[in-house]
Amino acid sequence: MIANDPPSSASAEIAERRLLQSIVEVARHVFGSAAASIFLVDQDTGELVFEAVSGEGETHLLGRRFPPGTGIAGWVAESGQPMIADDLTEVTQFAHDAARSTGYVPRSIMAAPLIRHEECIGVLEVLDRSNALRGDLADVDLLALLAVQAACGLDFLLRLRRANRAAPPGDDLHVLLRRIATRVPPGGATDPTALKLLAVADELLA
Amino acid sequence: MSTLGQPPWRRERLDRFPGVPAWSLATSRTAPEEFPVSSQAEVSREWAWGGADGSGVRVCVVDTGVDAAHPRIGGLERSLAVTGGPDGGLEVADCDPADPAGHGTACAGVIRSLAPGAALSSVRVLTNGKSGSGAALLAGLRWAIEEGFDLINLSLSTTRTEFRPALHELADRAYFRRCLLVASAHNMPVTSYPWTFSSVISVASHDEPDPMTYYYNPAPPAEFYARGVRVPVAWPGGKEIRSTGNSFAAPHITGICALILSKHRWMTPFQLKSVLYLTARNVGPSNGGAHDRE
Repeated sequence: MIANDPPSSASAEIAERRLLQSIVEVARHVFGSAAASIFLVDQDTGELVFEAVSGEGETHLLGRRFPPGTGIAGWVAESGQPMIADDLTEVTQFAHDAARSTGYVPRSIMAAPLIRHEECIGVLEVLDRSNALRGDLADVDLLALLAVQAACGLDFLLRLRRANRAAPPGDDLHVLLRRIATRVPPGGATDPTALKLLAVADELLA
Repeated sequence: MSTLGQPPWRRERLDRFPGVPAWSLATSRTAPEEFPVSSQAEVSREWAWGGADGSGVRVCVVDTGVDAAHPRIGGLERSLAVTGGPDGGLEVADCDPADPAGHGTACAGVIRSLAPGAALSSVRVLTNGKSGSGAALLAGLRWAIEEGFDLINLSLSTTRTEFRPALHELADRAYFRRCLLVASAHNMPVTSYPWTFSSVISVASHDEPDPMTYYYNPAPPAEFYARGVRVPVAWPGGKEIRSTGNSFAAPHITGICALILSKHRWMTPFQLKSVLYLTARNVGPSNGGAHDRE
């Protein structure tokens, strides 16, 4: 009976994580690539954090962090611009150390920023896409479409984490209710969205 | 109201988010749309830049810095960076001619390959590894415009609307000071600045391999398509990679503008844009003039 289990923060993230995972699975398959991954840009440190991986590295990369500005994903996060780079085997500079530390050094990288509310919150990266007859500009457009989905998925995850931080599991319900009461001025106008949320909470508790 | 039958520039702007295609056009597969052209046949490519190499033209690359030692760059006139000033604000100061990211070197290499005689300078506005450096972009751009460069290559944009008014004012100021901003269109269907302003030249990609082939887009805001797919670009460490994106289309147009300006020194930005239009593959009479209709 899942509905009766206390929602731990890990289980509460399951739907959001499945969404991100399904996006990288789709990305890997439509591009016929070796791997596809979604990074979160840590808004406090600027670090890149693996949040979903399909293909090479999927067993050990989740949660791995890289310093701000690392490699092509770092550039994409910094500039907010996508980038497609090929022939990388010739290049020693593109954060090979970072690539090697993941256990896989690609020949080509496609990376697009995940933009929500004018801000880059992450990066979608595809390694070693196949040389199919899609055409390079079609690849750019397809990557952009998947990046829009990934940005929405990552946004959901971030919202959930913020909500969890605001009301950590184990917070006393009565303390929470008193805190909410202090935020609602008596007789004042109430935000309609907040009112709806409270109505839902009322229904759940009934 | 339906806009069916309207010319491309009068159509309602599509809400591009999250639709595709974004701005570019696979011209190797899809012929550019036909549109009526008022010909000025005397402006040919030969007239525009025949025999020119960019000499006497000063170009600034506002980006991640430029690796001056790269064989495809061959030195810089100046190298500067936007850094935090002592009062907490931003300042532009001389710096080592290096490029921690590679993007600026790639752009500068494209310009150098087309206009070997042009004097290249670099202003680094992206260095701290964190996103949202609109303030640094603004500071670097303002400095370059005041400094009096003839051309500024800006293969960057910001999605933040808070910077839009200041960028708009700067772009107009540049235009009136005969400093032409060549800006890459964003590669994704998002709104960003300043490439969407009419006072700049905005560039998206076509997918053909010729660096001197470019098209006019009759449905702006992306006004021109230039080479932007699998472009061989300089990369730090003396290397070369192939990279795709509008970032590398813009410096093709910057390089071509440098050629034109070195031959026609006193052209205004609006003349320069007109010459680009008249010599575009889908407009110029020397390239068929298939769309030519008086």
